[in-house]
Amino acid sequence: MKVAVLRFPGTNCEFDTQYAFEKLGHTTQLVWHEDEKLPEGIDLVVVPGGFSYGDYLRSGSIARFSSVMKAVQDYAKEGGKVLGICNGFQILTEAGLLPGALKRNNNLHFISKHQNLCVINNDNAFLNKCGKGEVLNIPIAHADGNYYIDDEGFKELEANGQILLRYSDKEGNPVVVNGSVTSIAGVCNEDKNVFGLMPHPERALEAILGSEDGIKMLQGFEA
Amino acid sequence: MSQPIENLDEVLKNHKLSKEEYRDILRILDGRHPNIVEIGIFSAMWSEHCSYKSSKKYLNGFPTKAPWVIQGPGENAGVIDIGDGMAAVFKMESHNHPSFIEPFQGAATGVGGILRDIFTMGARPVANLNALRFGRVRGDSDINKYQRHLVRGVVDGIGSYGNCMGVPTIGGEVSFDESYNGNILVNAFSLGLVKSDEIFLGVASGIGNPVMYVGSKTGRDGLGGAVMSSDSFTEESKSLRPTVQVGDPFTEKLLLEACLELFKTDHVVGIQDMGAAGLTSSAFEMAGKTGAGLIMHLDKVPAREEGMMPYDFMLSESQERMLICAKKGSEQAIIDIFEKWELDVAVIGEVTDTQRMELLWHGEQVCDMPIAPVSEEAPILDRPTARPAYLDEVNAKSVDDYAKVDDQEAYEKLLAPLEVVDKAWVYNQYDSMVQTNTTKEPGSLDASCIRIKENGRALAMSSDCNPRYCYIDPKKGAALAVVESGRNVAMSGARPLSITDCLNYGNPENPEVMWQFAQGCEGIKEACLELNTPVVSGNVSLYNETNGVSVYPTPAIAMVGLNDDENKVLPSHFQEEGSQIILLGETKGEFGGSLYIKELFGETSGTLPSFDYSAELRLWELVIEANKKGLLKSAKDVNVGGIAIALSKMAAVSNKGIVAEVAVKESRDIFDESQSRALVEVSKENIEAFGKMAMDLGISVSMIGQVGGDKVKVNNVELPLEEVKDIYFNTFTRTIEQDL
Repeated sequence: MKVAVLRFPGTNCEFDTQYAFEKLGHTTQLVWHEDEKLPEGIDLVVVPGGFSYGDYLRSGSIARFSSVMKAVQDYAKEGGKVLGICNGFQILTEAGLLPGALKRNNNLHFISKHQNLCVINNDNAFLNKCGKGEVLNIPIAHADGNYYIDDEGFKELEANGQILLRYSDKEGNPVVVNGSVTSIAGVCNEDKNVFGLMPHPERALEAILGSEDGIKMLQGFEA
Repeated sequence: MSQPIENLDEVLKNHKLSKEEYRDILRILDGRHPNIVEIGIFSAMWSEHCSYKSSKKYLNGFPTKAPWVIQGPGENAGVIDIGDGMAAVFKMESHNHPSFIEPFQGAATGVGGILRDIFTMGARPVANLNALRFGRVRGDSDINKYQRHLVRGVVDGIGSYGNCMGVPTIGGEVSFDESYNGNILVNAFSLGLVKSDEIFLGVASGIGNPVMYVGSKTGRDGLGGAVMSSDSFTEESKSLRPTVQVGDPFTEKLLLEACLELFKTDHVVGIQDMGAAGLTSSAFEMAGKTGAGLIMHLDKVPAREEGMMPYDFMLSESQERMLICAKKGSEQAIIDIFEKWELDVAVIGEVTDTQRMELLWHGEQVCDMPIAPVSEEAPILDRPTARPAYLDEVNAKSVDDYAKVDDQEAYEKLLAPLEVVDKAWVYNQYDSMVQTNTTKEPGSLDASCIRIKENGRALAMSSDCNPRYCYIDPKKGAALAVVESGRNVAMSGARPLSITDCLNYGNPENPEVMWQFAQGCEGIKEACLELNTPVVSGNVSLYNETNGVSVYPTPAIAMVGLNDDENKVLPSHFQEEGSQIILLGETKGEFGGSLYIKELFGETSGTLPSFDYSAELRLWELVIEANKKGLLKSAKDVNVGGIAIALSKMAAVSNKGIVAEVAVKESRDIFDESQSRALVEVSKENIEAFGKMAMDLGISVSMIGQVGGDKVKVNNVELPLEEVKDIYFNTFTRTIEQDL
């Protein structure tokens, strides 16, 4: 695979994301926020984590106006696959590529820890290598991860199988981590080509870092 | 040149310059009276904070050399060789005064400052630690409430800055004592990685080379901060809030990336961050090191507001700024890089051969003084010292002078202090995993570790100091801070290599404090020599005093060590049910400065015994070598609260019980704090091989118990594992959030 990794002022997981995909045998290319085009022949765009524009105004709200995001909008409209991790998820919701919004965590603190996640839907290009109901251990690190969607929107998410992951205990039961609606940790769009999640699969590729569960998540895009 | 000053006495007082110092100024200016800009410059450069005038005498004797030391003290940070052409750059610094006045910004800018020290050297920061000391947070008094507010603010500030920078905060220490009620300590450590041959220094040289300003615009914030930090606190200190700088981690992140991009080019002669005393200290230091002169046009410095004067530009401590000495002809290339990152950049002057600092304001000269006497020849004081009167009283006491306490009652009391229990409430607010290198995380006990992607090795680091030990014996206490930080590093299987220090003491004008400081330096010197772990960087913070009460002597030491194999980082909590727990070293019934006396009787008393460095080094050797051979499953040092508390922590973190029988003279000795001890976990098949290694090194070994079960039992004290876990994991949050 050829993976484009976006870089905004304040992005800080771009190198981790490159390292992760390259470790899995893929090629990566950083794309500067002022670029108006995505590189030719890419298989996936990743909007990585960090603090684009310092999270000023609202997480992701400034990055969505960048030149490169216009290109990502077009790429997604044509069915191209896009993955937003953490701040990338926030940017994708701000850009309207994913439904819902991410609010301040309900305890008002930044939360960094290893977190169990339960796979809710796997019939998509991202989680197809994970089992439905499977519990994964993936780090989280965010201040604004409290996923919100109105009742109508939530019903649509459920009906279309757009809920990807929920924060859970070891057995897969939902747990409250940051106040997200029904503990949602990740969603996709209706066409199932744009994915967003708060947890960091790129940080969970090696046993010495505490988990290898991120491998099968990122490998999902290979299929 | 502007007019001499009329109300001189008042101006000198406001700038904390003495009459003697003013005579020196007149001599340096060849008899000419200084103007206000020059007064400001002398005041900042000769402040305690910048000049180390009280401490220099004692710091000069620190051991600073070893084959692996690439850069010792004197630069922005120290540098050691970590193999395969890679180097680790690290330093620790205090931000105590600002954090007490405004905890969020004070702590945040402390992190920002130490990060700039690291990336100024050309290194990308890869790990942060912090050492925090607060006053008493338990209770309902205004002091207790304010202290809880400070804890929340400081942690929030550290997290907000480090997280935004994408630098993991991987560990640290937090402790509490009434001695910090009026003056908390916030010490931030950062470590970066760089190729050994790509290190940058803070120098200006080459006549005609341009001096460039990059980063944020200059505002009036932090005006006189270095001078503020060089004084004690009084009731009026709250009015000093405008002297606290305001941090912008987003701009610093841009500055980091822009600088690292610049360092890949060949355009830079030297670079220095603008920290305390801002443009003044960076300019004087860069030129002072090489003997160059500088001419700078202050009207060219990017300004945040209109109406700022030369004095403001020279003394502002606005954050996120750097001064660069570039190669002539490289100006445009450098401008392009910083404009790409949307930062301010301006050529503001050039290097001259005059050895003088010439400052101009719209063409008019506002300062002209020789550089060397100001930067390199700042006054060195020989302040009077006197052994503190309190020592006789506290040293005369021993644990036997206190009432007997039931061991079970003691156990339950020693398990709950905030310095003992888990601090997830703190470290979960820090991104500890960004950069994907963290292999031993905060909360996993003892040292924290990162792997080095570039060479397959791992770095271990630990920040330590027991202020109670330093109070009852300033010299041995400081030495033991070095020892403990080294022991923690060794417990992870890494070889301790070098330290950075942050020496927090009270008012140096008090001879008893000065004595504590002198003794502390002696202790660090002794330990670093004996352990062969030189000092490569550091910071001194004096005047940690409020209304005449000084803090306990607190020389925070951060040790950095190297593990040759990233896959062999040794954990510090139990790994497997059924494995054997072995106690290394001897339990001698030491209670001087112990948690036992503090928690049960509210006092800090006793003496510290003589210390055997050879035993300590053999203990390190044993754990490091046995780990290499794969004989160990986990290792943890024994410190505050003794064997019972160390085992309880290991049990809580691993969610595994332990039943241990330790041979002791007195039953309370399970809480004793004898040095040079460790607990190691060994699987049954390796006990013999490990025992032989220990015997060869002359280290006493006792098999004290096995991992497993649903309780923690050490001799005659016990609690269900679930209860130990509840105390260990929930006490901190319950205490700190009680007002919310």
